[in-house]
Amino acid sequence: MVVAGLAGELACGSALVTGTNGKTTTARLLARALHASGLTPVHNTAGSNLMRGLAATLASVAGPAGHLPASRRTIGVFEVDEAVAPHAARAVRPRIVVFTNLFRDQLDRYAELDTVAALWRGMIEELHGATIVLNADDPLIGALPAPPAGRRLLYGIADPAAAGDPSGAADSIWCPRCGNRLEFRAVWFAHLGDYGCPECGYARPPLDFAAVGVRPCGFEGSDLRVRLDEREIAIRLPLPGIYNVSNALAALAGAVALGVPSEVAARALTDATAAFGRAERLTVAGREVAILLVKNPTGADQALRTILAEEATPHLLLALNDRIADGRDVSWIWDVDFERLAARHGPITVTGDRADELALRLKYAGVADGVEVQPDPERAVRRALARGEGRLYILPTYTALLTLHDILARQAGTARFWERREP
Amino acid sequence: MTRAIRIGHLYPDVMNLYGDRGNILALVQRARWRGIQVDVVPISLGDPFRAETVDLLFAGGDQDREQRRVAADLAGPKGDAIRAAIEAGLPALVVCGSYQLFGQRYLPAEGPELPGLGVFDVVTEHPGVNVVRCVGNIVVDWNGSLLVGFENHGGRTYLGPRAAPLGRVVAGYGNNGQDGTEGARYKNAFGTYLHGSLLPKNPRLTDELLRLALQQRGDDPTLAALDDSVEEAARRVAIARARAERHAQRNVGATARPR
Ligand SMILES: [Zn+2]
Repeated sequence: MVVAGLAGELACGSALVTGTNGKTTTARLLARALHASGLTPVHNTAGSNLMRGLAATLASVAGPAGHLPASRRTIGVFEVDEAVAPHAARAVRPRIVVFTNLFRDQLDRYAELDTVAALWRGMIEELHGATIVLNADDPLIGALPAPPAGRRLLYGIADPAAAGDPSGAADSIWCPRCGNRLEFRAVWFAHLGDYGCPECGYARPPLDFAAVGVRPCGFEGSDLRVRLDEREIAIRLPLPGIYNVSNALAALAGAVALGVPSEVAARALTDATAAFGRAERLTVAGREVAILLVKNPTGADQALRTILAEEATPHLLLALNDRIADGRDVSWIWDVDFERLAARHGPITVTGDRADELALRLKYAGVADGVEVQPDPERAVRRALARGEGRLYILPTYTALLTLHDILARQAGTARFWERREP
Repeated sequence: MTRAIRIGHLYPDVMNLYGDRGNILALVQRARWRGIQVDVVPISLGDPFRAETVDLLFAGGDQDREQRRVAADLAGPKGDAIRAAIEAGLPALVVCGSYQLFGQRYLPAEGPELPGLGVFDVVTEHPGVNVVRCVGNIVVDWNGSLLVGFENHGGRTYLGPRAAPLGRVVAGYGNNGQDGTEGARYKNAFGTYLHGSLLPKNPRLTDELLRLALQQRGDDPTLAALDDSVEEAARRVAIARARAERHAQRNVGATARPR
C-alpha cells in the first residue's frame, strides 16, 4: 500500500496521535516540537485523518519517482481517527502512539466507547517495542496496557486549582476494570480528572508528565509548570482552556518519547499558534474575529466557557452542518450548555445546513432575543459583521469551518491569514 | 389553581445518550410557557420507583454495557412497580435503549439475553457488531401527523401479536428496517427509536404527553396554543434530510443488489 511504502521511507519513523478531542492541536504541537529539535516533520493537515488523507499527505511530499526525498531527518506525525488508528498503525508501524481521550462523538460511525477501547487494545498488542503516550486523566485511556516489550508514558493534570465544574457530560464514569461507578477527587472537564474505583481499587496511574501550577489567562492562554523526572519546566501556552493544557502535555510527552530534550519542546510550545480553527484569530473588515471549532458537547461547553470568561455580552456566529465529517446526528447540540448564554449575550447569528435546529436549541435554552437565522453562510457572515461591535466569536462545526474560512479569507484578503494554517 | 407535573427521569446518569436532555427540556419548557409548574425527579440505579410521586415517565438511550446494569435494576420490585403504574395509565416515553428494555427481551450483540420489562410485546435482537446499524434521519407517520428524529440502533425490534406500533416509517429504518413499523404504543406508554432530540422537533407529541400527564393527575388537560414557528422550521429541514437520505439509500440498494 502507498502509506506503508512511503512511511517506510521516513528516516526517523512516525508518531500517531488519536483520540476524540484535541488530536489536531496535539499533532500540530508535536510537529512544532520535533521541528524545533531539527527534524523535518511530515504532517497531515487537519481533517484528513482517514487512510486516504495519510496517503495524500505522503504522496504530496514524494518526488516524481514516487519516493520521499532522501533525508536523515524526516519524521511522520499523523493524526488519525479513533477507528482508523489500528489500520494506520499496521501501515505506518509508529514509534509512538498518543491517545488523547475518548468521548462519545459521532456514534453513527464508531458505535460505542467500549468498542473503540477494545479496538485500541487489539492495536496495542501489535505495537511491539513501541511507546504509547496516554492521557491518565481519562479512565478508559489510563487503563490501556503497555505494548509487548514497549512502555507507557502517562500525562495528566495534578493541580487541584484547575478543577472545573463537575456537572459536564459524564461519558465514561464507569470503571473500565469492574464496571462500577468511579469516584472523582477532581474533575478538569467532562469525565477527565483524578479518579479512583471504590470497588476494585483501579485509580488514575502515576503521572510521568504532570501539569502543576496551571494559571488560566482567558483567551490569551495559560501559564503552567510541568513536572517530569523531579524537575519542573515552565510553559506559557498561547492556547486557551484547560483542554489545551492536556494537548500541550500530550505533545510534550510525545516529543520527549521521541528523544527531543524537554526544554526544547517546552520552548516550542510557548511559541505555538492555534491549529486550524482552534482558537484562531484574524481581522475581517476592521473587526476582530475569533474562531473556535466545535464538534461535540464537551468542546462546545469549553468554548462557551472561555468566551463568557472573556466577554460580558459575547457576539456570536454559530454554524451547524450535519455532513459526514461533522457527524450526521445533530442531537449532540442538545447536550451543550447553551443555557449559559441565557443570562448574557450579544447578537447571535446562526447558520449552516441545520441552522434551524440550532435556533430551536437556543429557544429551549431560553436564548431568544437577538437570535437571527441565516442558513446561507455568505449572508450570515455579512450579517454577523454588521450586527454589533467588538470581537465576533465564530463557533462552527468542521465542514462549516471550511466554508466560513473561504468566505472570511476573501473578505480579509490577506495572505497573512493563511500563514497560520501550517506550523 | 396552579397546575403542576412531576416528570420521573429514569436513569438520567446512565441512559443519557443522543441529546436525551432535549426531551426533558421540551417537556419542561412547554409546560412552563403555559404556567404549569414542572419538577424533574431523577430515578437512578438502586432508587425505588414510587408511582404516586410521578405523573410522567421518561427514559433515554444508552450503550450495551450500561443496558445490563439497567436490566438488572429493573428486574424485581422496581420493574413490577413501573409495569403496574403503566398498566394504570401512567404516561411514559422511552427512547432507544430504554424502548428495548421495555420490551419482552433483548438479545445483545455479545453476552447473555437480557430480560425486559414486558410493557411492550416486542423482542429485540442485535444481529452482531458487523451488521450495519440503522442510522440516519427518520420520518414516521403517527396518526396522520409526522414525527421526525434521528435513529441509531444496532438492535432490530419485532412486534409480537399483542403489540401496536407507534407509527409507520415514511423514511428511515424504524423497528427493524423491514416491516415498516416504528416504535410501540401500549396504553399511555410510547416506545420509539427516534432521538435527535425527539420532543423539541415534535411539539405535538410533547403536548400529547403533557395532556396525558395532566389527565392522569386529574387536572384540566387543556393546553394553550404556542407559537411553534421555530419548531416548524427545524422540522421542515429534518424531514427534507430524511427524505433525501431515503433516495440515496434506494440508489445504493439498486446498484449493489446482485442479479
Ligand atoms: Zn473498578
